[in-house]
Amino acid sequence: MSAIATRYEVVVGLEVHAQILTQSKMFCGCSTDYLTAPPNANTCPVCLGLPGSLPVINRRAVEATIRTALALNCEIPEFSKFDRKNYFYPDLPKGYQISQYDLPLSRNGHLEFDLNGEARRCGITRVHLEEDTGKLLHEGAIHEAQASLVNFNRAGVPLMEIVSEPDLRSADEAREYVMRLRAILQYIGVNHGDMESGQLRCDANVSLRPAGSAGLGTKVEVKNMNSFRAIHRAIEYEVERQTQVLESGGRLAQETRGWNDARGLTVSQRSKEYAEDYRYFPEPDLPPLDVSREWVAQIRAGLPELPAARRERFMTAFSLSPYDAALLTSSKTMAEFFEETVRLGAPAKTAANWILGDFSRLLNIDRKEIDDASIKPRHLQQLISLVDSGAITGKMAKQTFEAMYRAPDPGPALEAARGSTQISGDAELDRIVDQVIAENVKSVADFRAGKEQALKFLIGQGMKISRGRANPQRLDALLREKIQ
Amino acid sequence: MKLYQRTIRDLHQMLVDREISSVELTDAVLSQIDAVGDTTKAYLLVTRELALRQAQAADERLRANRDVRPLTGIPIALKDVLCVRDVVSTAGSKILRGFTPPYSATVVERLEGEGAVFLGKTNCDEFAMGSSNENSGYWPVRNPWSLDRVPGGSSGGSAAAVASGEAIAALGSDTGGSIRQPAALTGIVGLKPTYGRVSRYGLIAFASSLDQIGPMTRDVVDGALLLQAIAGHDPSDSTSSLRPVPDYLATLTDGVKGMRLGVPKEYFVAGMEPAVEQSIRDAIRLLEQQGASIEEVSLPHSDVALPAYYIIAPAEASSNLARYDGTRYGFQAGGGRNLIEEYMLTRQQGFGAEVKRRIMLGTYALSSGYYDAYYLQAQKVRTLIIEDFKQAFKKVDALLGATSPTAAFELGAKTQDPVAMYLNDIITIPANLGNVCGISVPCGLVDGLPIGLQVIAPGFGEAAALRVAYAFEAATQFHKARSPLMGAAA
Ligand SMILES: [Zn+2]
Repeated sequence: MSAIATRYEVVVGLEVHAQILTQSKMFCGCSTDYLTAPPNANTCPVCLGLPGSLPVINRRAVEATIRTALALNCEIPEFSKFDRKNYFYPDLPKGYQISQYDLPLSRNGHLEFDLNGEARRCGITRVHLEEDTGKLLHEGAIHEAQASLVNFNRAGVPLMEIVSEPDLRSADEAREYVMRLRAILQYIGVNHGDMESGQLRCDANVSLRPAGSAGLGTKVEVKNMNSFRAIHRAIEYEVERQTQVLESGGRLAQETRGWNDARGLTVSQRSKEYAEDYRYFPEPDLPPLDVSREWVAQIRAGLPELPAARRERFMTAFSLSPYDAALLTSSKTMAEFFEETVRLGAPAKTAANWILGDFSRLLNIDRKEIDDASIKPRHLQQLISLVDSGAITGKMAKQTFEAMYRAPDPGPALEAARGSTQISGDAELDRIVDQVIAENVKSVADFRAGKEQALKFLIGQGMKISRGRANPQRLDALLREKIQ
Repeated sequence: MKLYQRTIRDLHQMLVDREISSVELTDAVLSQIDAVGDTTKAYLLVTRELALRQAQAADERLRANRDVRPLTGIPIALKDVLCVRDVVSTAGSKILRGFTPPYSATVVERLEGEGAVFLGKTNCDEFAMGSSNENSGYWPVRNPWSLDRVPGGSSGGSAAAVASGEAIAALGSDTGGSIRQPAALTGIVGLKPTYGRVSRYGLIAFASSLDQIGPMTRDVVDGALLLQAIAGHDPSDSTSSLRPVPDYLATLTDGVKGMRLGVPKEYFVAGMEPAVEQSIRDAIRLLEQQGASIEEVSLPHSDVALPAYYIIAPAEASSNLARYDGTRYGFQAGGGRNLIEEYMLTRQQGFGAEVKRRIMLGTYALSSGYYDAYYLQAQKVRTLIIEDFKQAFKKVDALLGATSPTAAFELGAKTQDPVAMYLNDIITIPANLGNVCGISVPCGLVDGLPIGLQVIAPGFGEAAALRVAYAFEAATQFHKARSPLMGAAA
């Protein structure tokens, strides 16, 4: 950043829209599957806004919103209501969106996160519940299109809006905030966190103010950021652009700008002079929501361990660095993969290195999540034990891991690695078995006395002596033969 | 007496006794529609085939004596604001021309379950906005008592159909008096239930916090029977009440002896026809003679009910009617150069003047900078009106007053003066804003034109309203008067 930029303080607030993973839509019984269903297959009179149809609140969506709000340390008022947000657009079948205006389900929360080892805290203004809109498809570019098509499968899908305070001070902080928020949503099972499909969407309000000033500068709303990278780049771009305007003595316009990822810049979409008047008023078709304290307590009791708590636990229980613990817990599935691998017997630090190293690198290239991979915790644990026993080298293990990752079934690649070094000569096996019998007199006696368990121990000793290179089945057979 | 002149209760007995069949009855009513339909213009659509099919099914049900209900085989008309599966439903508006819903309103389903016969869709003011039926997007309806007079509105088609023998009974909807006022002006009984008593699912909305569906019938017993069939909770309408529905017939004939009836002094408004006032005073005296105690009460905020209504109802309507943009169903103007222009052309051509006036009023009232002064203020007034009724009902069991300050007026008399038209509803609107129920029962003729007595009871006090109305009806002959179009009960 230039020296000029340091004269200004960056002020960013984020509005995150997250779809809620309910089976049915917000106000009707239609399925929420809008990604794979044929166009307009999941619609009914209610979500198409046909005359005379009426909404009925999906309690599970309300519950998911309260869950989210609790995970974000929000207050949950006892009284809440829905409002109508009125505007005309072809993807909005009723001509209004059912949303929440002055009495949202929750307010006054905060989200804590870490940036380069420093603790940060961002206020959460509110988390409220609304319905998603349909989707427009244009034939060609929007300004030239001869026709547009509307798919209402998405119309009425429950959508949470999570509004932050303008507490973020850089693009880095904004990105970190969204990553943490996404992790929380995944942890509590309300959203998968897929930004590309629009399941999780983020708008940023970006402004500058003279360093040390408490007021707020002219706010620009940035839309269309479909990845963490885009959020980061768009905010960096906006900061630079606004700095240049101010430095050249210009004035910023309060406006909405869209992020163009391909060109790497923001483009003015509409100025606030044409801002819509949404004419909010209480939704007369829905009674107000009474949110009982018992219900809130029940939801709170059902909350799982959240990323911050899990991160603390990973640091103390597994002696991981704060950095590794934060990375591992940034995704629920990754944290679970790690824990399961360790539970199966892998050393924590080694498991963490594999997951955050080779595994994450391959997943990132393929834009896949850890639970999409064919490698499961047991495969990784077995690979790690092969290395630890000295059966294969670290270099071989890396090659084996990649082969396992590429295969639909990692089993054969793992077996091949094990087999390539397995002792096949009977003479060597004989020596190992003799050594085991000589060194474990008591276990040999126990086995003779009928304790099957003792044989398992003896096989384990054989594996140890062979540094994992012996075939356990053959050890089993040879031990039985020699002891009896 | 002709079949189409009779009441539900009479006809039910005849059907059960196998004196007549539902097909015969339906034929008789359809013939009457053929005879006078072009005169009253009560229907927008007559569903002849559907009616005969339903009549045949009802006859089988009657023959087999299988689940025979009070409405089995009874021909009923439905206001066009009610959605009926596969039947064109337009709310009297051109913008919904040809709209055929793939679903039925809950009340329609309930009547189907009873085995009722649907005669067709009755004309109404466009989106139920009006007091004379002259705002229909298709054609005005004429009053069967005097063809140059309006039948009232907005349920004018339903009222005219019942009053002319073109239906045995009908369903209407009432947002500010749209059942009670036309009932009064055509000499029939009309009941507006308490908000939440009857499901609104499938009722094409005008003002969602005020709309209620209710019966329009020849007498009070029929009103009770029809209400019984449609009332009750509906999971599809979150604003419908979970309160159990009482047996309305059980208390209907209990009389008014010992009841306390209030007369709100504010309901004798300026501009009330002296003959109407006289009839109401006579009616009150009659109920007193029946053993009710009468006392004057005050509903001090009655004078601000009308202005509050004309903020709240248009505000909700402006939002409810936003969906009619021509992109998905109904009328589409075509020819717009872009989306906004197409929206504007469709709405300019599809909506009538009164609907546009109310959309503009409502949009203005909700606009940023005006919301507090208009919408919020009107909601505060509504709270005061609710409180007025609560106070009054601490002292009395029901309230009495006129339904409409005048008898039916001539077509065109008020079309140039919207405010004069709005004043028609001045004593019906408070019941909608106050979440109470009201019934209009015939109480006389003024210059040969019917007028109505309004009985208002507390929220979910339909049984009390019906009981008072029945006591009055039983002591009078007014409900037996038949319009010239229906013909004398020979
Ligand atoms: Zn639906």
